[in-house]
Amino acid sequence: MSSAKAIASARVQDAAPLFAALGDETRLRLLARLSSGGPGSIARLSVKSQVSRQAISKHLEVLSKAGLVRGNRRGREHIWHLEPKRLSDAREHLDWISRQWDDALGRLKSFVES
Amino acid sequence: MTHSDRIEKQILLHAPKNRVWRALTNAEEFGTWFRVKLEGEFAVGKRIQGKITYPGYEHLTMDVTVDRMDDGQLFSFRWHPAAIDPKIDYSAEPTTLVEFRLREVEGGTMLTVVESGFDQIPAERRAQAFRMNEQGWGTQLENIRRHVIG
Repeated sequence: MSSAKAIASARVQDAAPLFAALGDETRLRLLARLSSGGPGSIARLSVKSQVSRQAISKHLEVLSKAGLVRGNRRGREHIWHLEPKRLSDAREHLDWISRQWDDALGRLKSFVES
Repeated sequence: MTHSDRIEKQILLHAPKNRVWRALTNAEEFGTWFRVKLEGEFAVGKRIQGKITYPGYEHLTMDVTVDRMDDGQLFSFRWHPAAIDPKIDYSAEPTTLVEFRLREVEGGTMLTVVESGFDQIPAERRAQAFRMNEQGWGTQLENIRRHVIG
């Protein structure tokens, strides 16, 4: 296996749980809240939410396992932070399609200019 | 529209606009550079399919439905961007819209390509796109390397 392939393979294995974690409306809302409102406790993240605190806690665990958020203990409660680096990984799928377009348009250019 | 929803590309082609238009809208010419063997011709509202001829992707079928063909200006179609597993029927899933816009400029034609609608694509399908294209990555990286080094 070439090194490029090994890197690609590692990325692929890494990406599946990431997208699985992102594929839920409540979790996407939580990420949006952490993104716009900054770090927060479960109590704050539950405000105006249709979902129970217990459920939110479980969703945060899923996001945490996927590396999308990080929880720091402060006194009796956890404060949850966004991990922006991981979210940017999700963009790589779009980047991949983007590179395919670059490739195809490069071929179109040679085709019409020859 | 959010940033994650679309891909936009622009390229200057040193060729007359009608030449570029033909390369885009003549199915055989399109197939030459895009690397697909399309069965039939492009027509507004028509669905057209063909086998991909790109090395490593020959098991795949391209399946597009033409949206608009505004003579020399705009060619657009809808397709399934991550339809890479021949065993799955994608027909009920959301599509993305691909638009080719042509503009005459000094020295040739400015071509703008916009693919939009990614936010509608299910997350598990995006993840699958990663898994299924594992082999394709090596090729893509090699293409980039060649492009950069020349």
